[in-house]
Amino acid sequence: MSITVSLIVNGKAVTQTCLENTTLVELIREKLQLTGTHVGCDTSQCGACTVHMNGRAVKACTVLAVQAEGAEVVTIEGIGVADNLHPMQSAFKECHGLQCGFCTPGMIMAAIDLVNQKAELDDQSIRKGLEGNICRCTGYHNIVEAVGRAAARMRE
Amino acid sequence: MYEFTYHKPQTIKDAISLFAKADDGIYLAGGHTLIPAMKVRLRAPTDVIDLSALDGLSGIHEESGALVIGALTTHDAVATSEVVARAIPALNKLAAGIGDAQVRNRGTIGGSVANNDPAADYPAGLMALDATIRTDRREISVDDFFTAMFETALEEDELIRSVSFPIVESATYIKFPSPASRYATVGVFISRQGGQVRVAITGAAACVFRCTEMETALSNNFAEDALDSIQLNADDMNGDMHASAEYRAHLCVVMAKRAVASLL
Repeated sequence: MSITVSLIVNGKAVTQTCLENTTLVELIREKLQLTGTHVGCDTSQCGACTVHMNGRAVKACTVLAVQAEGAEVVTIEGIGVADNLHPMQSAFKECHGLQCGFCTPGMIMAAIDLVNQKAELDDQSIRKGLEGNICRCTGYHNIVEAVGRAAARMRE
Repeated sequence: MYEFTYHKPQTIKDAISLFAKADDGIYLAGGHTLIPAMKVRLRAPTDVIDLSALDGLSGIHEESGALVIGALTTHDAVATSEVVARAIPALNKLAAGIGDAQVRNRGTIGGSVANNDPAADYPAGLMALDATIRTDRREISVDDFFTAMFETALEEDELIRSVSFPIVESATYIKFPSPASRYATVGVFISRQGGQVRVAITGAAACVFRCTEMETALSNNFAEDALDSIQLNADDMNGDMHASAEYRAHLCVVMAKRAVASLL
């Protein structure tokens, strides 16, 4: 049976009709056509689908669209644009914090929440904070560097 | 995921009556066990009853010598709570080690306790701290609560309201996490209160258990070497691709010693 869901995505109010078993990431990608949020494992492991829901990082493959009723959702499309990148995006670019780029939107959304939550971050706490995001290219070193650089700029 | 009918009741009474009317109903808290299980069709409920709109089920407070955590309180809220840090900091540590940041932002103590996964962290904390599980209809002592793998003393439609932890002199939780899932390969929670020691072990066997042998040894002499002669029976342990039963039996003692050392 279909159900109507109303939520705010990247600052815009949207109302969509979907099946009750639709996940939030399916709503974002297939109904709203915001394909920057990726589906990697679809089993809550890899973090490629990470978005912000009411300000906190969540795995959108493990949230039902109906659970986001009334919520404020921010996706990778909502944080910066090509000529005005978010400090986290700029830092990933400068530090080569990506190779294939598949995990990057989830990494960036998780990293922004991490910086917002933790007053102090070092390499170890960045690695711990990003345990829910898997990258198969970079070996993480440059990602950790990028998050540290972005954290300093976001606190300026 | 199979189709289901979604409900979002506003009161506990409505939640229970929706459950009664459903062919095969299930309660949804944070959903971080249930939704993955539904996606791979291990679970196929006809009705999903979302508890998120119920009042009074989340939050943390102290109440006459006990720390009370509402069932819908997320792992992240417990991990970062100053009330928890003052009362039972071992629970901050336990919650901070569950899954990953995104999982902790959604997963709840009530969901974890009701699910009773044999490798979950909370059951060890509840058991070693002699917690009481408060439901919509009664209070259940933890020693009667975790009955078997994925089984609890909860009735089918019974809802956890909160978990009450007596505040103890000292406690700690040490786990050997699976590097992929961060579930406990073995996790040992130890608490001390008035010369009495409680030791609960998760991840090792089909269900969380108290290790009375260790409790007696540590109540007599709270030192690492008090555990030297203890050997757990590998026949009672889980063996899988992550760790053999013999290895888990050995790890129980190693983790318990580390826990004792950290409390000395």
